[in-house]
Amino acid sequence: MKGELHEIWVYLSTTPLLGLTVTLCAYVLGYYLYRKCRFNPLVNPVLIAVLVLVSLLLASDTSYSSYFEGAQFVHFMLGPATVALAVPLYRQFHHVRRSATAVLVALAFGSLTAVLSAVGIAWLLGASRETLLSLAPKSVTTPVAMGIAEQIGGLPSLTAVLVILSGITGAVLGTYTLNLVRVKDWRARGLAMGVASHGIGTARAFTVNEIAGAFSSLAMGLNALATAVLVPVLMALLT
Amino acid sequence: MIESLTLLLVCQLAGEVIARASGIPFPGPVIGMAILFVGLMIRGGVPEPLQQTTKSILDHLSLLFVPAGVGVMIYLPLIADEWLPIASAVVIGTLVTIALTAWIMSVILRRSDASGGQAEKFKK
Repeated sequence: MKGELHEIWVYLSTTPLLGLTVTLCAYVLGYYLYRKCRFNPLVNPVLIAVLVLVSLLLASDTSYSSYFEGAQFVHFMLGPATVALAVPLYRQFHHVRRSATAVLVALAFGSLTAVLSAVGIAWLLGASRETLLSLAPKSVTTPVAMGIAEQIGGLPSLTAVLVILSGITGAVLGTYTLNLVRVKDWRARGLAMGVASHGIGTARAFTVNEIAGAFSSLAMGLNALATAVLVPVLMALLT
Repeated sequence: MIESLTLLLVCQLAGEVIARASGIPFPGPVIGMAILFVGLMIRGGVPEPLQQTTKSILDHLSLLFVPAGVGVMIYLPLIADEWLPIASAVVIGTLVTIALTAWIMSVILRRSDASGGQAEKFKK
């Protein structure tokens, strides 16, 4: 019996099916808890899913690369999903057009703050050069951030992780931060989430309000552009 | 559903081609988003099937970040070594960015709304 189970395990661990299925199961669990807690930002589904999956992989001694064989199908959908953001953006475009100046000014400050605060804080606390360079594009959506990290000499795969952590931070604590600075306008709340926490912040913004979600999508796209231009220039100036 | 999904992939592919061909260091999917946006502007509306497909994808946008997030396991030793600078940069940096961006945006909006526009407010 034990031998049979072992055989099944050996078979499953070589197919993409397992990685894909556990990813969905972990997320479904995370989302179930999120909904149970009435979408409380502290019960973030990405955070729960990542914690569950990392524990499972470490406990079963499975490598990340063999897990990713299956999980890559989910990861791949990031591309089409980014394209899909055009739809809410189009639907809310009348709001965006009316506040174009505010969007551009806030975005310029936000983009600069995201890069300088991350690099500045880590530098003050003695991070290594490689970590600093990997942190610089941390607020931009994954594929763009990885490209920037590669260009300036950071570690793209470390950047991907830092990007996700920044996204989770914004999704979990962003609501409280926004309440603390007493910003009530949905457009400003959404924009800030998108600038600092890209797609994960945008996902959170959409659960709360569609206007916030549309501004967050816009901010995420524009910040990708701004940061791709800004970071190489800043790093050349600073180093 | 299948037409809409195809449309999304075609936009992404066109975006990738434009990015490579022009040498702009910019991601294909974001260019794809711009292409679809321009298309919707020209058409002047969102077709119902596209609306449904994009809604079902975007309802669970966060799921798509899970596989990359699990990559944290590879970097656990490095993060443990430099946990203080990394955690501070990520948490404080992100929250300062949110606070400052939202504050600047709301100040400018308040001024421009005073001269005509109107805002929908967050109600606690």
